[in-house]
Amino acid sequence: MKKELMKPRAGFEDFASRLKILLSRFPLHFFLVGIALLWMTPAFGLLTSSLRDAAAVANSGWWTAFQPPFEFTLENYQQVITQSRMGAGFINSLIIAIPGTVIPILVAAFAAFAFAWMRFPGRDILFILVVALLIVPVQMTLIPVLRLLTDLKIAGTFPAIWLAHTAYGLPFAIFLLRNFFVALPRELLESAYLDGASNMRVFFRLVLPLSVPALASLAIFQFLWVWNDLLVALVILQDPGKAPMTVTITNLVSSYGAQWQLLTSAAFISMILPLVIFFALQRYFVQGILTGAVKG
Amino acid sequence: MAGWLRSGPGGKSINRRGRLIPWLWLLPSFLFMAVFLIYPVIDTLLISFMNRDSSACAGAANYQYVFTNSAAQTALLNNALWLVFFTVLTVGLGLIFAVLTNRVRYEAVAKAAIFIPMAISFVAAAVIWRFMYTFRPEGFTQIGLVNAVATNLGLDPTAWLVQQPLPYIDLLLPAPLHTNNFALIAVGIWMWTGFAMVVLSAGLKGISTEVIEAARVDGASEWQIFRRIILPMLSPTIAVVATTLVIQALKNFDMVWVMTAGNFGTDVVATLMFKEMFNYHDFGRAAAMAVILMVALLPIIFITIRRFRSQGETR
Repeated sequence: MKKELMKPRAGFEDFASRLKILLSRFPLHFFLVGIALLWMTPAFGLLTSSLRDAAAVANSGWWTAFQPPFEFTLENYQQVITQSRMGAGFINSLIIAIPGTVIPILVAAFAAFAFAWMRFPGRDILFILVVALLIVPVQMTLIPVLRLLTDLKIAGTFPAIWLAHTAYGLPFAIFLLRNFFVALPRELLESAYLDGASNMRVFFRLVLPLSVPALASLAIFQFLWVWNDLLVALVILQDPGKAPMTVTITNLVSSYGAQWQLLTSAAFISMILPLVIFFALQRYFVQGILTGAVKG
Repeated sequence: MAGWLRSGPGGKSINRRGRLIPWLWLLPSFLFMAVFLIYPVIDTLLISFMNRDSSACAGAANYQYVFTNSAAQTALLNNALWLVFFTVLTVGLGLIFAVLTNRVRYEAVAKAAIFIPMAISFVAAAVIWRFMYTFRPEGFTQIGLVNAVATNLGLDPTAWLVQQPLPYIDLLLPAPLHTNNFALIAVGIWMWTGFAMVVLSAGLKGISTEVIEAARVDGASEWQIFRRIILPMLSPTIAVVATTLVIQALKNFDMVWVMTAGNFGTDVVATLMFKEMFNYHDFGRAAAMAVILMVALLPIIFITIRRFRSQGETR
């Protein structure tokens, strides 16, 4: 304060140089803000259209909604939930995705613990096999899996798709958890064993509680993967009554291709949960992405 | 992801009780993977050499079909197109955005905006973009944003998802260079740029600022710093990102299926395989297509294994 009073010029020069930096960086800000807006526009158009009535959506661009008379409605959501199986689809997606997330994580955690903290012949080779399976395209398994499930008479049931998603999710889950377990402090586990703790005790009381961040990343990743899946559901769950939202929307697209007010609200319903997860748990989400950059 | 084979704690087991115990811990996982991944891969390979219902051997007839039938050739070429344009453009844009967002204070917000499409399904993205690309004939109100912008600029409205002749020269590009394939690839880029940006941005933050400052003091221009320091140091990360995108480009199914169902020359191998399975019930041909995808991915598998192994040795 005192300095500024004594040297008024300094403040001005400071301001001028700041302004200069600001102006020289203007193209950068302009570009970045433009890109960010551009990237959000398509999804924003979807949300807007889902809140307009059928006639308005069919006869005018969604961007015209932001001028008087500002008419928005929730009617499309009501209609699509009650009449287009989207309500049932939402429940089905949950029925598929929750076990499809919990089971593979639990199963993978055991294997990851063995890979990280036990010594046995062939350990590295087996882990390389897991890495290779990470990249095997799901298409390569669909025909035999469909035949197998049909032979077992469980094709088209929820347990069948739980089993399939468990298997497809395992390589990534083992990979991610093993890398996290290996980095846990060795002394901690050693002293637990010295105190006479069993493997089970160390695993459930020590390793899992310490690995909550990794488990959270993995859970988000696997949940979104199953929630957003179309192909596996199309092949394994051919019963419309059990269809998840992705399948329901795909059917809506082919039957109501031009009724945009319905399609947009259906699509937005399927996006709500992923978006909530994204905004609430962004840190874990990004962490999962960074760990598992290889998985498709 | 780094250093998975490092001789850390796992190297010397601290638990020596029982030789059988590790296998019991592995058993559930490997049972699942054997039944749903390993056995199916082998079986698909066998099925690809058999006839449509796997009742007799067909030799290499299914592969011959895939490489000579024009629809299958188009699908193969489309996958190649995806592979090149989707991968290169997504990595390029992701790199640009990573470098630029690194320089502003609202980095987190800008990145979140670009990253959001990663969270939603291909199906939702397909609905979003079918709507963006909606076409109305000339003289009608355009309700799709792309055509609204185009007509405001004085261009003719275009059915983007149908193959279009090039403007002015009235020439239909040969398959797979149809314009509609690029319209689909653009959607893929919209979805995956956020992924490339986030991973590359993390790699960028790992580059020491001292090196960059030293170069700046020595009078290097921003472009030189990018070209000579950032790009070489980032190349392992770029490789990881490109690997993931190549896998995506080859496995690509959902988005094409919902946007065009593979019509108008947009089929890719995965969509054609689905049609062979459920429309034509020819499991031999479908399996051959899966095997082709798998073979295309083999180099990626080897590269990935080698990358992880060498990381393990250097640490």
